[in-house]
Amino acid sequence: MTSADHHTGHAEHATTTGITHNKMMMWSFLASDCMFFGTLIMMYMVYRPDMAELGGVGPNDLLDIPFSSLMTFVLLMSSLAFVLGLSALQRGNHAGMRVWLSATAILGLLFLGGEGFEYMKFYNEGLSLGTNVFGTAYFVTTGFHKLHVLIGVIWLLGLVAMSYRGQIGVHQSEKVEIAGLYWHFVDIVWIVIFTFIFLVPYR
Amino acid sequence: MAQAVAAKDEQLDRWAVIWDWITTSDHKKIGLLYFWTSLTFFFVGGLLALGVRSQLAVPNSTMISPDVYNQFFTMHALVMIFLALMPMSVAFFNYIIPLQIGARDVAFPRLNSFSYWVYLFGGLLLCSGFLFGEAPDIGWTGYTSLSSAQYTPGMSGDFYVMGLQVLGISSLAGGLNFFVTIVNMRAPGMSLMRMPIFVWMSLITFVLIMLAFPSLTVALFALMMDRNFDTVFFSASDGSVVMWQHLFWIFGHPEVYILILPAFGIISEVLPTFSRKPLFGYSFVVFSGIAIAFLGFGVWVHHMFTVGMGPIPNMVFSTTTMLIAIPTGVKILNWVATLWGGSIRLTTAMLFATAFVGMFTIGGISGVMHAAVPIDYWQHDTYFVVAHLHYVLFGGTMFGLIAGTYYWFPKMFGRYMSESIGRVHFWLTLIGFNLTFFPMHFLGVDGMPRRIYTYPSDYGYELWNMVATIGAYLLGLGMALMVYNLIKSIRSGEPASADPWDGRTIEWTTTSPPAKHNFDHTPQIRARDDFWDQKYNRKGEAETTPAEEHIHLPPGSYIPLLVALGLMLMGAGVIFTLWLSVIGGIVVTVGLFAWAFEPND
Repeated sequence: MTSADHHTGHAEHATTTGITHNKMMMWSFLASDCMFFGTLIMMYMVYRPDMAELGGVGPNDLLDIPFSSLMTFVLLMSSLAFVLGLSALQRGNHAGMRVWLSATAILGLLFLGGEGFEYMKFYNEGLSLGTNVFGTAYFVTTGFHKLHVLIGVIWLLGLVAMSYRGQIGVHQSEKVEIAGLYWHFVDIVWIVIFTFIFLVPYR
Repeated sequence: MAQAVAAKDEQLDRWAVIWDWITTSDHKKIGLLYFWTSLTFFFVGGLLALGVRSQLAVPNSTMISPDVYNQFFTMHALVMIFLALMPMSVAFFNYIIPLQIGARDVAFPRLNSFSYWVYLFGGLLLCSGFLFGEAPDIGWTGYTSLSSAQYTPGMSGDFYVMGLQVLGISSLAGGLNFFVTIVNMRAPGMSLMRMPIFVWMSLITFVLIMLAFPSLTVALFALMMDRNFDTVFFSASDGSVVMWQHLFWIFGHPEVYILILPAFGIISEVLPTFSRKPLFGYSFVVFSGIAIAFLGFGVWVHHMFTVGMGPIPNMVFSTTTMLIAIPTGVKILNWVATLWGGSIRLTTAMLFATAFVGMFTIGGISGVMHAAVPIDYWQHDTYFVVAHLHYVLFGGTMFGLIAGTYYWFPKMFGRYMSESIGRVHFWLTLIGFNLTFFPMHFLGVDGMPRRIYTYPSDYGYELWNMVATIGAYLLGLGMALMVYNLIKSIRSGEPASADPWDGRTIEWTTTSPPAKHNFDHTPQIRARDDFWDQKYNRKGEAETTPAEEHIHLPPGSYIPLLVALGLMLMGAGVIFTLWLSVIGGIVVTVGLFAWAFEPND
């Protein structure tokens, strides 16, 4: 007997697994998104051996590991800020949640700005989408990651706005938690991208 | 005067009905929308096939031009796979799954409606290439470099890329939605191993959709970038031509199982019902389904044996491909054993289900032949492959879906389909099908390549091509008869009770057709094949929760339609002018915000 047996009168609140539809949907979507980024990154890895010899505008000439390490730090700190925001909400501290979620969004924007700056730098050095396979795979793979971050930032700001309007009570912390699943996932994807596109040497 | 008012009222009523269908979030109505739309597309695909067969009937034929021929066979495949077979499975997912698990609707009703509209608009986008005389003509696999801008410079490649991309969104949304529905919305007592087998096979299908479609999304996006934005993913000099094939088949092979598993599920319902026996080896059927899905991700290179990757990859993938025959064979034996000793009633649904077992076995065996690399070298890109895939997709999937149509029609419309017309339909279809596709084995072994426009007269291809063409027309006639039967039976079929077939699963406990809320009481599940158990073991004690005073159903919404329209505009923009994409993007963004803040509880 699961607890669902006793709540059939409120079918929309009781689920077979005890996990809400929204949360289950987010986990399922992330499974699918894993395959999405997995495909992109595998594609990059297949092209990677050819990239070392690209003269002038190859990864060895362009990638700036200290700078992107800083950006990685910024993004990882945003995850910390998010956890603090969620924890604040669960303790009933709405102001604290707004501050921390705003901080998360700002760190996300900072990351996007830094990466945008890097895009501009690469472009000015002569790397565009069609220059070579590095330009193609680099811009598209990281571009999809940035799109995910951007959607996350909009989501976070939406949550802050909803909180101001009193639409996120202490018992509705799951609304924030689900956004968190997404945000942490996007961070983890960045760690993989950072490792395989930036850190591992091109030989 | 009064008459005019009445006429106006009637007109208003009609608009109200149309508006209701457009905004509906009822899984049964969406299921019917899927059913009729996919049936329409099935006939579009069928006409294209008849065009192909007519051109090939005699050697050196010039009935249609080579360009049109290329569009015909490409669009035949795309329409049949993405617009007919998959959505017809989705029609049954929609109509039947919530009823079989004892739910009132799916987990996300508006997302469900969204899936349908994206499917419809994506299908129209894909087919609209014909309006410009530039329908996709690069084969359904869209291999690079043929599909690159250099060799297919016009719009046809863009219709392919954007049409499929939009359709992929529909499949993914549907897959996620139904996965959550099955995992989360089962009636009390329905543990995983008590689920009807159709629900099980569907669940596996949804996992495949969730995990396989991203690969296609990436491949199509990369091809779009290559064609329109100068990237070099699939360029022969900078990127990799073979990359497309890998990405496509990493999606493409699981897609084969996405097409066949729902049909496996349907006939695993039909065979036990009409044998009055439980499915033989329920858990074997379940776990072999899971094994097929798992192995299905590790066999894609068998589509690429002739690419030249060397003996090691070919050997590995040859082995995995042969392995996948084991769980499939297990299923076939289970179906046969289900029939063994049963009191069999040969209804039309049962006829199609038993024919499925035979036809699918032929297709499965020719599939195992392809798994052997040396044989595949010989058969690759010949009509032998065409014969194989039609035995699996028509003799398998389509026969299963037709069986499902005859089986669940009484539940959906409250009337039986005509059995006498059904029998004629069955024999015409079975004979026409075998006349069409069995000779293709001979043609393939004789070396006739697939996708060729015509053939010379001294190669010995005339006889079997003519036979195949005659068979195709018979098959067309058979399917036309099915539509006649559908329409006739909706109007004047014999009324059916709630449980017309002495069914086993709980969709037969509710009225035919079911009320909007499906069940008055939430069913309590005590056994596998619960309704059968209730009728014959528990002696009719229906166990349900107490009557519910207030059954909450979500209201309809027009926003899913709006967002779907925006998505189609975004896709069309890449084909025509990017301004359309911008407008579409705005529509989607505004629509999503409206969706998120629409009161829906």
